Amino acid sequence: MALAAIYSLFIINKSGGLIYYKDYGSAGRMDTNDSLRLASLWHSMHAISQQLSPTPGCTGIDLLQAHNFDLHCFQSLTGTKFFVVCETGAPNMEMLLKVIYELYTDFVLKNPFYEMEMPIRCELFDLNLAQVIQKDRVALLGR
Amino acid sequence: MQFFGGGSLTSVAPEVTPSPAAPPGTGTGANAQVLYVFNRNGVCLLYREWHRPLHTLDPTQDHKLMFGLLFSLRSFTSKIDPTTAEKGNLGVPLLPGQGCSFYSFKTNTYKLNFMESPSGIKLILITHPRTGDQRDSLKHIYNLYVEYVVKNPLYAPGTPIK
Repeated sequence: MALAAIYSLFIINKSGGLIYYKDYGSAGRMDTNDSLRLASLWHSMHAISQQLSPTPGCTGIDLLQAHNFDLHCFQSLTGTKFFVVCETGAPNMEMLLKVIYELYTDFVLKNPFYEMEMPIRCELFDLNLAQVIQKDRVALLGR
Repeated sequence: MQFFGGGSLTSVAPEVTPSPAAPPGTGTGANAQVLYVFNRNGVCLLYREWHRPLHTLDPTQDHKLMFGLLFSLRSFTSKIDPTTAEKGNLGVPLLPGQGCSFYSFKTNTYKLNFMESPSGIKLILITHPRTGDQRDSLKHIYNLYVEYVVKNPLYAPGTPIK
């Protein structure tokens, strides 16, 4: 099948709770509890990494490189974190995260029925996100 | 691949308490800022700093925090790994080879390079964020460790390296 450049996307609110999780082709099934736990774990580790910085002004982990995957994280000024698990060496992930952030502000925050810090259940957000991911995939395959 | 121009592990050094930071700019290719070596049980065998302007916590707390962070990160990466179907549970401590492990992470102010040997010895090198892949440097340091520390008949495993 098509090469999944992105394996999954997580969005965490400023207290560390998972508000959005989308899986695009990971090998193992991850149930809701696991994804919640992983999100909070990431939130705490992001905070701890700021404490261990040798120079002042650290804003947390941007990129985690492992043997089988990469993890790119983007933290907005309000503390909401967006992170994607992708293939090792996948290009332009930071760009993608910024685009997702824009979609979040347009379709989630501007939605009058959306409560802050709650799980995201906005159709338009899902739709547009799927479009962006699809376009990204096509761009990568087209190369 | 630049090796750091810092003290080697064999130099006569004070104990594990942080040695005074070398002024920046000394030594060619001095890209490394801090080095930690931990064993399986979390004992910090070696700590060296060359350039560390900010100390948030006292040394023992700092070592514990570092070890704890790495322990949880390994657990996290092995669970979130999208390429293996079966994953253990989050709370279970992992053996050195088990599960996918990370080799580096980057923040805006530093880059942390990590390597774990099959015997559970963890090497951590903190460098400038734009440094390249340091896996070979870490292997080199590990070889030095094996050569001079492990093979030293007077060295008791599990104690800080002197």
